[in-house]
Amino acid sequence: MIRVNPALNTVVKNVWSTVGSVLSNLRQPGKGSSMLVGVLLVTTLAMSAANLLLPVDSPLYVSTYTITLMGKYLCFAMLAMAVDIIWGYCGILSLGHGAFFALGGYGMGMYLMRQIGDRGVYGNPDLPDFMVFLNWQELPWYWSGMDQFWFAVLMALAVPGLLAFVFGWLAFRSRVTGVYLSIMTQALTYALMLAFFRNEMGFGGNNGLTDFKDILGFDLQSDATRVGLLLVTTLLLVIAILTSRAIVQSRLGRVIVAVRDAEARSRFLGYRTEHYKVWLFVYSALIAAVAGMLYVPQVGIINPGEFSPLNSIEVVVWVAVGGRGTLYGAIVGALLVNYAKTRFTAIMPDGWLFALGALFVIVTVYLPQGLAGLLQRFSGDKPEQAAGRELDSDASNGVSGREANA
Amino acid sequence: MKKLSVKKLCVKELSLQKLIQCCGLLLALLASVCAQAQPNTAPPAMDATLQQLTKASLRETGALVEHLERVGGKTMRPLFETMLAGDLHYHKETGQLMAVRKNVDGDRLGRDVFSGADFGVQQRRDIKKIRVNNRLRSQLRSALGRMDLFHGSEAEKRAAVEAILDDLSTENMRLLESAADAGVGAAVTDLIDLAEAMVRLRDSSITDERLAAIEVMSERLEAPVRNQLQRLVDNENEQDMVVKAAAAKALDKISGRIEFYGQLEQLFFGLSLGSVLLLAAIGLAITFGVMGVINMAHGEMIMLGAYTTYVIQQLMPEAIGYSLLIAVPAAFLVSGSVGVLIERGVIRHLQGRPLETLLATFGISLILQQAVRSIFSPLNMQVVTPEWMSGSLSINPVFSVTFNRLYILLFAIAVFVTLVMILKKSSLGLNVRAVSQNRDMAKAMGVRTEMVDAMTFGLGSGIAGVAGVALSQLTNVGPNLGQSYIIDSFMVVVFGGVGNLLGTLVGGFSLGVANKFLEPSTGAVLANIIVLVCLILFIQKRPKGLFPQRGRAAQ
Repeated sequence: MIRVNPALNTVVKNVWSTVGSVLSNLRQPGKGSSMLVGVLLVTTLAMSAANLLLPVDSPLYVSTYTITLMGKYLCFAMLAMAVDIIWGYCGILSLGHGAFFALGGYGMGMYLMRQIGDRGVYGNPDLPDFMVFLNWQELPWYWSGMDQFWFAVLMALAVPGLLAFVFGWLAFRSRVTGVYLSIMTQALTYALMLAFFRNEMGFGGNNGLTDFKDILGFDLQSDATRVGLLLVTTLLLVIAILTSRAIVQSRLGRVIVAVRDAEARSRFLGYRTEHYKVWLFVYSALIAAVAGMLYVPQVGIINPGEFSPLNSIEVVVWVAVGGRGTLYGAIVGALLVNYAKTRFTAIMPDGWLFALGALFVIVTVYLPQGLAGLLQRFSGDKPEQAAGRELDSDASNGVSGREANA
Repeated sequence: MKKLSVKKLCVKELSLQKLIQCCGLLLALLASVCAQAQPNTAPPAMDATLQQLTKASLRETGALVEHLERVGGKTMRPLFETMLAGDLHYHKETGQLMAVRKNVDGDRLGRDVFSGADFGVQQRRDIKKIRVNNRLRSQLRSALGRMDLFHGSEAEKRAAVEAILDDLSTENMRLLESAADAGVGAAVTDLIDLAEAMVRLRDSSITDERLAAIEVMSERLEAPVRNQLQRLVDNENEQDMVVKAAAAKALDKISGRIEFYGQLEQLFFGLSLGSVLLLAAIGLAITFGVMGVINMAHGEMIMLGAYTTYVIQQLMPEAIGYSLLIAVPAAFLVSGSVGVLIERGVIRHLQGRPLETLLATFGISLILQQAVRSIFSPLNMQVVTPEWMSGSLSINPVFSVTFNRLYILLFAIAVFVTLVMILKKSSLGLNVRAVSQNRDMAKAMGVRTEMVDAMTFGLGSGIAGVAGVALSQLTNVGPNLGQSYIIDSFMVVVFGGVGNLLGTLVGGFSLGVANKFLEPSTGAVLANIIVLVCLILFIQKRPKGLFPQRGRAAQ
């Protein structure tokens, strides 16, 4: 028998009850993402200040490398949220969201490429280096106008948006669902990857677009620009979170969850489910494109590898780890997994794929609700949903029987 | 790829040769003491003539060659070949003739021209080359041709006549005539007739005769025929317009046939690609189509099969010819048991949750890939093609099929038929179909559904492993082998109609053929993209694929 100190006992109890109240707070609709928004804003502001204001030898100094890394993670978080919106809330598992991300990235990359001007290796004021290398005489038509920032941004949004619209419209209208849709999205991104690997496409082929110099006149290598990009990323991520929360908590959001849980029933009730699905798909693709646009100036390269099906599936794992059907879950999942990846690949590069693979298996088998589900179970939410899931006949979604929980 | 490994083998052999060389030197010493020459070194009667070769001038050499051919006949073949290759040397002191060739280290290795007996490394100043000029070379060539024509096998005779088609001198024609008199097979007779027709067209001035010749020629696909007709059509000085028109027409006919065979070749390539797709997809048709399990690790099962082939070949390097026969069941067992493990360990827990299954099996595929990368290496492995699978079957001068593609095509069909028989005729197949149609009812009837699940998954994975054995003969064996097939295989299954094996067959072959017919105009990658996009659009139009399942099972 272990004798427990009664004083310690009460302390533990107190801690538990505070943790419990925080956790149950999290379960309030919208609380989780509000807290996350607060944490994000505070953290990035603090990091930026620490980078710009503190001297390099200060113990609290944050290196520019860390700033860029953080910016990259936040882009991934935004992509994860995009996937979560359609997978977690609408039950559409897209294995091709990397395509929208990469298309957005290519849009931004084209703008940055044009900004290089005559500072390239070949010094050609009009043509990017790889075109000079391929002996091209003039800019292809689809590159024209990309030297204007507003136009590039517009295109970087319009192209993925249009692709998502056409694909979604065709697929949802003919009621391609579940696994079939997942495989189709995967084929889509695979086809795009093959296409972008071709030199003739005019997007730099294998090497992609790189060697960027500046954005809107700011030097991409300077600390201030990096910090600025991180802040912009945070701001846009916050806006995306708030918009998405507004959407999923609105009436529209309820219909979307209904489509996820019982599509046929919602259709019989008179909702044009395919319309909801298409628009949500386009919205999600746009967020992914914005994430791609922010990603490219920070990492300094975009190549066809971003289209690879593996990338898209990895995003799904981030969401699964964090917990789908909760916006903050997706973001936390993306941040955690990517941080783990950075650490892991530095320590033992060979081990990462083992770890990632094991993560896939463990999360899907033992943690169907991800970390967010784990939190909820700890905070005293008894597993009535688990029972509900067993009974659920519509097998394609494991998160049924739950309210939209932003 | 395959050639490289052959080269490696050769290098090994060479180092062995050095050992043998030393022995060879000893033997040569012994031989010089005991006897003049080994029995099959050269026909003794010829020795004097052969010795003359070492002293003869170029002109005299010609006469000597003629004499040798007349007296020695077929036995002179190695000598002539050595001479033609410019390898014939003689030792300055002993006058011994030898074929000298440099090895990779630059040493000059002497061999007996006839028996191939090793004379060891020769110093440059000790030996002298027997010179040949162009006139001599053509004499040697025609001498060799004559040997083939009169003494060779049927195939050699054909080759000899085909060579003569390029050079229709009177002398050669006389040769052909006498060969025809000596008696040859039907195919060679046809070729000889063709040669005569070509000569008639060239030399005759009688229009009817020339027209008849063109008639004969228009049936043939050999390149010299086309060249001669083309020359005739292009010839400004040719007066006979009727002949010219006939030649143009014959040329049209020939090019039409060549185009036809080109299409046929295209079709064969398409079917070959289709057989690869079929092999890759057929296991998936079981796990995905029949069981409804999305196995993203399917490609890795193929990869495991290919690596099994590699390991088997490493284990039995002396019997590469049989390695594939052993690799097929071995790969089935390896991939099949891994499949059963996956089913028991993971998929069982995800029953009825296809999207989660997809993710979990994808995780497994990553683990398997990395495992292979760690155990073997990230580099591609060399899998040797056994002799009976290399080479090609030439059907006519413009159309030939390679044996490996042909065998794999047949193999794919055999695997398909076996699988259909298993599903249709065996009790396992009956259980599988019962479980896939109505799990609860099957359970109620006493079918051990869990057991059936495991066996079905094992079967599907095992077939994937067998596919890997076949693919190891066509593509690089590396950790990414499976990944490159997974999307294609899913598309084939979905295109054909899930749960329909025949659909998979049709789907695989039609995608392969479509791909290959697009390729000439678009290039390989773009063809792949176009087919993918068309497939995506097709699935949007017909979500259930080419052959949708009907009835209750479709739910």
